[in-house]
Amino acid sequence: MSRTHAEPHPATAGTTLVVLVGLGMIFLLFIAFLNVVKSGDILNESNLLYAALIFFAGATTLYLAFGISGTESYVKVASFATLLGLLATTGAIAHRWYESGHPPFASIYEMLLSFVWMLAVLTLIAEKKFDVRVIGTVTMPVAIVGVVLMQLLRTEVHPLVPALQSTWLHVHVTFAMLAYAACALSFALAMMFLIQDKMHTETFLAVTSGLVSLIYLGILTRFERWGGLNVIAWDPQRHSEVFLTKGMRLFVTIPELGWVIVLALLAAVAPLAFYLLARWQKQESWIGIANHSVFISILLQAVALVAFLLRGRSGAYSSLDAEGLFPTNLAASPFLLSGMVGGIFISLLYLLLLWRRPDLERMLPSNDKLDRYTYKTISIAFPLLTLMIAVGAYWANQTWGSYWSWDPKETWAAITWLVYAGYLHMRITRGWRGRRAAYFAILGFAVVMFTFFGVTYLLPGLHAYA
Amino acid sequence: MVKPISPGRRIWQTLSSIKTGLVLLILVGLVSIAGTLVLQRPNTEPQDLSRAYSPQTLRWLDAFGLTDVFHAWWFVVLLVLISITILCASIDRFPNAWRFYARPYRVPDEHFRAVLPLQKNFPVDSAEQALAAAERAFRKDGFHPERVVDHDHVSLYAESHRFSVMAVYVVHASLLLIFMGGILDALLGYHGFISLTKGQQTSQIELRQGGVRDLGFTVRCDGAGQQDYPDGSPKRWWSKLVVLENGREVERKEIAVNDPLTYHGVRLFQASYGNSGLVDYIGLTAVSNGSRQDITVRPDTTVALDADTTVRMAEFLPDAVEEDGHVYARSRELANPALRLVVESKKAGRSYNVWLPPMASGDNAQAPYQFEARDLQMVPYTGLEVAHEPGQWLVWAGCLLMAVGLGCALYLSHMRLWAVPVKLSDGRLVLWLGGAANKNREAFAERFQALAQEIHGLTQSSRTPEQRERELALTGD
Repeated sequence: MSRTHAEPHPATAGTTLVVLVGLGMIFLLFIAFLNVVKSGDILNESNLLYAALIFFAGATTLYLAFGISGTESYVKVASFATLLGLLATTGAIAHRWYESGHPPFASIYEMLLSFVWMLAVLTLIAEKKFDVRVIGTVTMPVAIVGVVLMQLLRTEVHPLVPALQSTWLHVHVTFAMLAYAACALSFALAMMFLIQDKMHTETFLAVTSGLVSLIYLGILTRFERWGGLNVIAWDPQRHSEVFLTKGMRLFVTIPELGWVIVLALLAAVAPLAFYLLARWQKQESWIGIANHSVFISILLQAVALVAFLLRGRSGAYSSLDAEGLFPTNLAASPFLLSGMVGGIFISLLYLLLLWRRPDLERMLPSNDKLDRYTYKTISIAFPLLTLMIAVGAYWANQTWGSYWSWDPKETWAAITWLVYAGYLHMRITRGWRGRRAAYFAILGFAVVMFTFFGVTYLLPGLHAYA
Repeated sequence: MVKPISPGRRIWQTLSSIKTGLVLLILVGLVSIAGTLVLQRPNTEPQDLSRAYSPQTLRWLDAFGLTDVFHAWWFVVLLVLISITILCASIDRFPNAWRFYARPYRVPDEHFRAVLPLQKNFPVDSAEQALAAAERAFRKDGFHPERVVDHDHVSLYAESHRFSVMAVYVVHASLLLIFMGGILDALLGYHGFISLTKGQQTSQIELRQGGVRDLGFTVRCDGAGQQDYPDGSPKRWWSKLVVLENGREVERKEIAVNDPLTYHGVRLFQASYGNSGLVDYIGLTAVSNGSRQDITVRPDTTVALDADTTVRMAEFLPDAVEEDGHVYARSRELANPALRLVVESKKAGRSYNVWLPPMASGDNAQAPYQFEARDLQMVPYTGLEVAHEPGQWLVWAGCLLMAVGLGCALYLSHMRLWAVPVKLSDGRLVLWLGGAANKNREAFAERFQALAQEIHGLTQSSRTPEQRERELALTGD
């Protein structure tokens, strides 16, 4: 495969499409959160976060547009939108702190708040200091997913349960959020490196469609035999998930939604399949078909998202585990929703790559510099990870009498630490640079994401708070 | 002829190679991942296990040790092997690093001066002035230059953060400390549980892995309680504990979550608080032929109702269910309480089973008295986690050391500067400037260029007065 340049595509049509899709997303999100946004007091936390969401979404759209058209004004406004989003998030944090009397570290909602804030700060710093102006294309979608999750999770201020009443909690979570944000930044820099290093666009095609397929495969673990999708039931009075017994949640089955997800999965796998076909048959024409199928994939993913929003927001469904009909709510499926939104973003990012201006490379620092920035960011993230684990162990020792009990969250934190230690080793001792180092950095971030989200969603344990 | 490598040397090479370490780490990583995906017995209730896996699957998982990965002997062996490889790799590389660290390369020889990437040289008039200029510039930039005398030759050498070269060994040593702490705790430490009600005392703990252990001292609970938030969720659990040795009170403390009692290296944590399922007392109203009297029944006491009738508490179930004419206890939670009283009547010469609430198997109808419940007081228990971890101090020391080591290794750059006056073959005198850094080379290169320019400027300006003197000498006859 010799194609190393971006596919020539009329920039205007590309920009229009990106802007349209961006606006469409904002509209969808608006519909979804109409019933979440509380009315009355304007400057309450929920409205501020909603504003932050709009700003971040706008920033993402403009960053994407800048990546395609190179218009200077786009990136300037995008930067400004990021700043506005940061201010709104800061307002939300201040409001939350005031209401609850403690800094925002006591639940996954509050942790996400800190994470999104940190991410916005680091984006602006990276733009100024590292001069990587399109880094927002990667970090802003992550911030959006964070805000989306936050809008759905429990927002009530809870007085801290006995185990969480400790200063060490604040220290542990601060280190965790700083470390994760630094890892996210290193991921974005590694991605920029791969673009600058002229990695074949087709490889990105395979990777992005593979990722989206994985997401939908994950969602399909909830597939119910005759085409329904299992989601957790929601108790509207208590604002919480419905529990059958201690630790076991009640699942309801939304009919037909399973088939919609299957459809989305097939659409997501199609580009990957065409790519593999192109490699096997050694025919470039399949790549063109693969690129077109990415459009269909985005379309069907959007259909799946809308279907889920419509069905999962309200309505009562039957359950296989209990008699009667039970209501559900988007708040009961935060990870499912963020998975779908994330999938659409990933596909959009591929489109950006496909249509990027051939001279995007000139707008980014040299791949040498990007490689070094990735290393620098990881050399900040790694000690933070170490401190996070050490302080967490000390706090666990004070509260539960044991500094290491091999529970899934602790174990995965150790695995994350090992992966980044591996990156540093390979770089310092083996002199790994360039592509291999970038892949390692991306792997590290994938493990971070699993530690942060996957463990909570898929694996149970003592770390039930987050 | 190549000397054959002895088996001992081969073993050493394998143990100290990075590849071995990498393979071992990947193995540990994969095993740990399996340990998070498969439910582990120490952290899971047995009924959750049987709900998650069929008996067949569970048997296979148990057979492969996948249900208790982190305490399996082969996992411990893996960890021990990793410690050994870290140790061997460090020992293998340490002598070189120490040689570099202990003997700073102060006077660069000709070959070094020729090949060093970062260097500058320019002509100067006098070695002493050049060195003085360099000294000033180095000092201004924050370095501490020293004059090195080599036979009759004087040169300048400055360096900073030489320690960062050793920092990586500090980091690995700290890892070994942490492992040692863990091993010590695995061998000598223990974790257990004590459950006490008010006034109760014990010196035995239930160990986490089963079995009982004697503490060597006695713990008594003088009271326990729970404070709630306005919305009903728990705010604080506390227990007043007293430690007794040989019957004497040696320590007392009111503990709460996050605030344990430590005695002789054993720590007692407030872990939980709840209903023991035992009843303290029940207040009843006994009704008979229109007369009502209030009585209180306790588990082991008999109350006289009148001259020839007594009542005592025979059985109390906090959560009862009636099936097939029998009453069973379902749980310890106060969900559906049932009380069985035995009323003895000397007149009738028999005893009656009175159930509250009435049950089919009771004799409520025939009994001379009927009862109404007034008040119910349960006995709470306080749950204490007991932990003895002699190795934790090694772990904390290791963590602190690692923080220091990582900071030095990642952020402190070992920078070196040389200023050597060199007499060239054609008689000219030049000042050779050299610089080297083991990190952040771009920033250091910029710093070096700035330094070189500064020194050059200083040497030039120090030329002018001399030049002027020469000119004056020439023109002044």
